[in-house]
Amino acid sequence: MSDEAVICSENILWRRACLIQKVRDFFIDRGYLEVDTPLLQPFCIPEGHIEPAKSGDCFLQPSPELAMKTILADGHPRIFQICRCFRAGERGGHHLPEFTMLEWYRTSIDYRELMGECEELLKFLASSLGEGFSFPWKESIEKQWPRTTVAELFREYGLLTPEEALREDLFEEILVDRIEPHLGLSLPVFVYDYPAVLGSLARLKPGDDSLAERFELYVNGLELANGFSELVDSREQRLRFEKERQILQDKGINPGPMPEDFLASLDSIPPAAGIALGIDRLIMISCGLVTIDEAVAMVSEAC
Amino acid sequence: MYSASDLKKGLKIELDGEPYIVTDFEFSKPGKGQALYKTRLKNMLTGNAFEKTFRSNDKFVKAPLEERTMQFLYSQGEDYFFMDNKTFDQISITAEQLGENTNFLTDNMEVDVLLFGEQAIGVTLPSSVTLTVTKADPWVKGDTSGSDSKPVTVETGYVLQVPPFIEEGEKIQIDTRSGAYITRVKE
Repeated sequence: MSDEAVICSENILWRRACLIQKVRDFFIDRGYLEVDTPLLQPFCIPEGHIEPAKSGDCFLQPSPELAMKTILADGHPRIFQICRCFRAGERGGHHLPEFTMLEWYRTSIDYRELMGECEELLKFLASSLGEGFSFPWKESIEKQWPRTTVAELFREYGLLTPEEALREDLFEEILVDRIEPHLGLSLPVFVYDYPAVLGSLARLKPGDDSLAERFELYVNGLELANGFSELVDSREQRLRFEKERQILQDKGINPGPMPEDFLASLDSIPPAAGIALGIDRLIMISCGLVTIDEAVAMVSEAC
Repeated sequence: MYSASDLKKGLKIELDGEPYIVTDFEFSKPGKGQALYKTRLKNMLTGNAFEKTFRSNDKFVKAPLEERTMQFLYSQGEDYFFMDNKTFDQISITAEQLGENTNFLTDNMEVDVLLFGEQAIGVTLPSSVTLTVTKADPWVKGDTSGSDSKPVTVETGYVLQVPPFIEEGEKIQIDTRSGAYITRVKE
């Protein structure tokens, strides 16, 4: 790891390539194994609010999470991947239906320690990438990033508790309209402890099963990463998948088959934590870009 | 039938029996949560605007809008009358709905009229029109005041800046979107 600033041309493709190279350096230096799992999958993670993109009879992965956890179960304690993910119908100033994700998984740590490693990665990038980059946290690199719970944010800005908001089907609106605009304005902020029902593939909090050990990182109101203490209980995970599959079916979306191979390997994963971070959004934030379109090589509105 | 994922800037939809145009659109989706399709909508009849958030399962219909070529007949007070040259149907549009277009309408001009059912919403003019100058200060050759334009009035009453050599009775071409002078038209 060197303090020397890398000189990147102003061109966004160069900056993108430099940043991705530095991400690799960070993980390889820490003994992580870079993995490369298939984009085309016979099944996909059943998540009620993610519409999978199909290709023939298979799915284009919405994230590499299932494949990477299967590798974790095979006994590799630290793995990372930079790959393409696909989500049908997601298009906006911060969304592309095909985008680049960084995911990493590590055994023997929980979500709190993972927040720390995420912060280290992003500070490393700010200190090792110079010309052409404007990381918002570069000038205050010694300051620790704040952490706050979902419940605290709803208390401060939301008018309702998270549970009330979920009951009234207003959780997303309150989050997007009232809370997110305040998040990560001076320093990036970790938001953690989501209601269990939004736990996805996260472990429930020991001692409080109304909460899931899930966190999100926000910078300037934009969600950059999502992490968990991983749920490694296949019975519980199957129940959650069944609920999510039902949500998809009710919307008329085919959830595909239950990911049985993944469930079969899940119980052999030791305690672990994992995180997904949007590379295109990181490039937006670190290069001062306004839309995600500016962060990628090209965009086709036809897909 | 449209669903929320079809929403984008410029889309024209019908809500509660009235046509709306999407003037702003933002897709947002908090991690693991439902997608929100935030729009700003303008009522195409009244011009009133408001914000509305759609969810992915919301459905709505395309605004039944039709564009027909019509001829401008005459104006009476605030009402402007147009006729469909094929069906001879006549409709009226208010000056308020026409906005700045009234500056460029002359008798018998052909325009595209946007209709919602039988109701006219607005017109699209040709991108430029030729109008006669009805009032202009004479051009004094050798004027050394240094001004490179002067105001003139055209037949519709519209006043614009033109080069100093334009004289009363001449025809000039005007850009209907910017309202600016383009060129002098020789007969």
